[in-house]
Amino acid sequence: MTAPLKDITPAERARSTSFYEASARTRLELLLDAGSFVEFIGPEQREVSPHLKIFDLPEQFDDGIVVGHGRLDGSPVFVAAQEGRFMGGAFGEVHGAKLTGLLRAARRISSIPVLILFDTGGVRLQEANAGELAIAEIMRAVMEARSAGAKVIGLIGGRSGCYGGGGLIAGCCSALIVSEPGRIAVSGPEVIETNRGIEEFDSRDRALVWRTMGGKHRRLLGAADVFADDNVQDFREAALELLGLLGPFGLDRLKAEQRRLADRLRSFGDCGDAVDIWTAEGIAHAEAVPELPADQFIALANRIGRTSRDAR
Amino acid sequence: MEDLNFQHQVRARAGGTRQSAIVGVVASGNLEVLVERSLPDAECAVDIKTAAVGFGAVWSAVIGDFVERYSPGGLKFSINDGGARPDTVSLRLAQAVRLIAEAGQ
Repeated sequence: MTAPLKDITPAERARSTSFYEASARTRLELLLDAGSFVEFIGPEQREVSPHLKIFDLPEQFDDGIVVGHGRLDGSPVFVAAQEGRFMGGAFGEVHGAKLTGLLRAARRISSIPVLILFDTGGVRLQEANAGELAIAEIMRAVMEARSAGAKVIGLIGGRSGCYGGGGLIAGCCSALIVSEPGRIAVSGPEVIETNRGIEEFDSRDRALVWRTMGGKHRRLLGAADVFADDNVQDFREAALELLGLLGPFGLDRLKAEQRRLADRLRSFGDCGDAVDIWTAEGIAHAEAVPELPADQFIALANRIGRTSRDAR
Repeated sequence: MEDLNFQHQVRARAGGTRQSAIVGVVASGNLEVLVERSLPDAECAVDIKTAAVGFGAVWSAVIGDFVERYSPGGLKFSINDGGARPDTVSLRLAQAVRLIAEAGQ
């Protein structure tokens, strides 16, 4: 028997809602404590892109990103969520400025952490220069917020993944949470194929794309700290766990991150495929990793996968 | 892009206390509807920006049917359309009325 909708608790609803399928607004509604979200520069203010009408393209009232504040288990958090279905979640001038402003608020009120729900293909090509500048401003704003003491966590599990400038910003975060459909990279599969040839990367080989850029590989490499199952409640619990674990940020941590990345390159630089890396990490039957259900994969990752928790 | 505007006189004020609500996203075959409680009780307005040019008569029929069924008095609807089909438009408009009819801000 299915329970009537009104009898379902927010946690049950969040557990049964796919992060991948949900809209940016639904993700925020279910990620935060019920009814706690307050939006900055909401759609009724109509702060739309100044560029899209030149190209005769439709605008969206929030320019594809929802920013604001709310509560997570009673504690205040700043949040931003990209809508991956509007222009692939790409960064334009207004879209980027909303995230920059949120991060600058976190720099000022550094006791409040920031959660960024990435869902982006990178820069919006129709506003290329403004979008590229926005990426640079956001990266600086992330590092300034972290230097002031704020924790900045990226949540990646949307249909557009986290590509281009989004991948660069994710690399600046204190920690990342990723689900299996979440992909993290800078150049996307088709960009690599176009520039380097199909021998280098066949973008139509979906299994290759997933095991190179997908959430499982990113978790096993230590690029993402926590692997979440594809539901909003799992992301919420992972964010709470990370907020409790993350230490202070400073020069020592940056040096540790540099050592971590240098070690990674030394250990795996000669590997030709993700499966070779998993094998080198000591995983028996590494070729079966893509088929593992989430709970078994999380157990494996906790046993073998690295984390960047002491670095970043 | 094409801009369309429809004004209707309606029987009754829409229920609820919320001042605004938003549903949908601007994507292929989809649309967003922003609804605001900003008009006199007997009026309803729908402003549309659509990427699909030349469908004014279809929009007129869909909006007319919606106003007749829901009597959304006092509400102003602003639509950004990514080429949604009429059934999707009707669904989003109904969702918007339902959302703004909830209690809240």
